[in-house]
Amino acid sequence: MEQLPPDGEVAAVAHAPGGICLVVKEGNVKILVTVKRVTDPDSKVKIKPDGTGIVTEGVEFKANPFDEIAVEEALRLVEKHKGEVVVVSIGPGDATKEIRTALAMGANRGILVDARDEDLDGLLTASILQKLFEKEKPDLIILGKQAVDGDSNQVGQILAYKLGLPQACFASKVVVEGNRATVTREVDGGLETLSVSLPAVITADLRLNEPRYASLPGIMKAKKKPIENLTLAALGLAGVKPKIKMLRFETPPARKGGRKVGSVEELVALLKSEAKVI
Amino acid sequence: MSKVLAIVEAQGGTIRPVTLSALTLARQAAAALGGSVELLVIGKGVQQLAQAVSAYGDVLVADQPELEHYLAESWTHVVMAATRQQNVRLVVAAATTLGKDLLPRVSGALDAGMASDVSKLVEINPGAARFLREMWAGNVLGVVEIGGPVALVTARPTEFAPAAPQASPGTVKALPPVALGGLKTSFAGFTPSVSERPDLTEARVVASAGRGTRGVEGIKLIEQLADLFNGALGATRAVVDAGWLPNDLQVGQTGKVVAPELYFAVGMSGAIQHLAGMKGSKVIVAINKDEEAPIFSVADYGLVADLFKAVPELVALIKANR
Repeated sequence: MEQLPPDGEVAAVAHAPGGICLVVKEGNVKILVTVKRVTDPDSKVKIKPDGTGIVTEGVEFKANPFDEIAVEEALRLVEKHKGEVVVVSIGPGDATKEIRTALAMGANRGILVDARDEDLDGLLTASILQKLFEKEKPDLIILGKQAVDGDSNQVGQILAYKLGLPQACFASKVVVEGNRATVTREVDGGLETLSVSLPAVITADLRLNEPRYASLPGIMKAKKKPIENLTLAALGLAGVKPKIKMLRFETPPARKGGRKVGSVEELVALLKSEAKVI
Repeated sequence: MSKVLAIVEAQGGTIRPVTLSALTLARQAAAALGGSVELLVIGKGVQQLAQAVSAYGDVLVADQPELEHYLAESWTHVVMAATRQQNVRLVVAAATTLGKDLLPRVSGALDAGMASDVSKLVEINPGAARFLREMWAGNVLGVVEIGGPVALVTARPTEFAPAAPQASPGTVKALPPVALGGLKTSFAGFTPSVSERPDLTEARVVASAGRGTRGVEGIKLIEQLADLFNGALGATRAVVDAGWLPNDLQVGQTGKVVAPELYFAVGMSGAIQHLAGMKGSKVIVAINKDEEAPIFSVADYGLVADLFKAVPELVALIKANR
């Protein structure tokens, strides 16, 4: 990508399913990136006494850490190739805060789809993003590999199939060149490299980058950036029922620990005579 | 008769132990359904593997040149074909990076609900499929119900004992060739993380390094501890982020989940995210100089000490005690 053609020059034409014709312009990449609002990953969640959900009163919410990495990657790609980053969140009105944070980091505009987590599953979340893909026609969709609340790790992969697109999940390096992306993936036993045609779905793993903090001017600018509000009905998804239902939540049995030993000698003696593991 | 399809992962031509754990869940589900398990072997030149796998049950094999490397795109087509060929009620894979990459795509393909990383089968019948799974970094256990005629799950290997071979081998059937033209993904290379040690998820003993190891010298001590038991090396996110150890040694919510007989947690505070990956270990030993470190609350034996002094002593003393 040393010599970029002038902005707007057509470098490749790719066909996406559903009859959409995507013009991928070299030196101008449009990226859709997702941000989920999750409970603060460093605080302990509590389950409601009736087991129907988790306690949300007085709980702090943050952007899903993997999504922050996704936003950062999108920003870096656009800084390199020029283009636009559109941030999507699916959640309650309060999730505007997480979108604003991404806008303050440098994303161009936001979309908030009003929905409650309890009414969604991976399939329905992917259907929402499918509709937004069809509306926005990006070259790339970058998501966090999983949300740290539900820990499901599904949406990117489901979405990729629904759109008939390639997927490159658990990415630790992304290079976009022309109408392809080369992605290094963190897999069991090592690092795998894939080449995918664009548009593509990429999910971010921890080592992809270190997300930036929003600057003060960035925060000021973000206040003026547009956020579009959409509903499931507006996307033609009203009344679609999720296939996954959480029946109840329980607190896992606590591990009994906390015993201290006074010396290495005592530790070895106990591991031998009591735990019988050495 | 309803089937449970178990997706086989192999390494070096043999079935991975994590698949045998997933097979245990598959067999439990098949028993509840009054059905049977079919193991799906996918790859290029995998006839021999398929024969070996048939020790564990009936095998369906997809052997095509295009399947030389795992790709979510091509494997999804194969799993779809295998599922549609017969009355499959449940598809099971191990919750490895392959299972986690593949099965959600299949979920999209079949428009079938999926539960990730399940730890227990609660109930399965023609009308309902319910599983237990950890959420919020292991702080919440959820009972999840998957609606629809086909359900998909990845099984957390540490929660299921590896399945044993059957008394007599199963059959091996070939899946009719699947059309795999026009793939948008191509394999471009694999860099293995070089290690002489056993797989983290399969070792009897794991010694894990935290930020307190402060780099190469400290990591060496943890390696010596692991090697004493022919054990595996693990790490916290901080250690992996710092580049002191490779990515695939990260233990925790978003890394590997391990449950060895003996786990050494050395020089780490014990963040929620790390605990999620190791609190199922049988015996946990923590060594940290900060006596307030949360890791001590889950450790069976906690030693408040400087690891640079305590670990060499520990290694010497265990050797002397043999």
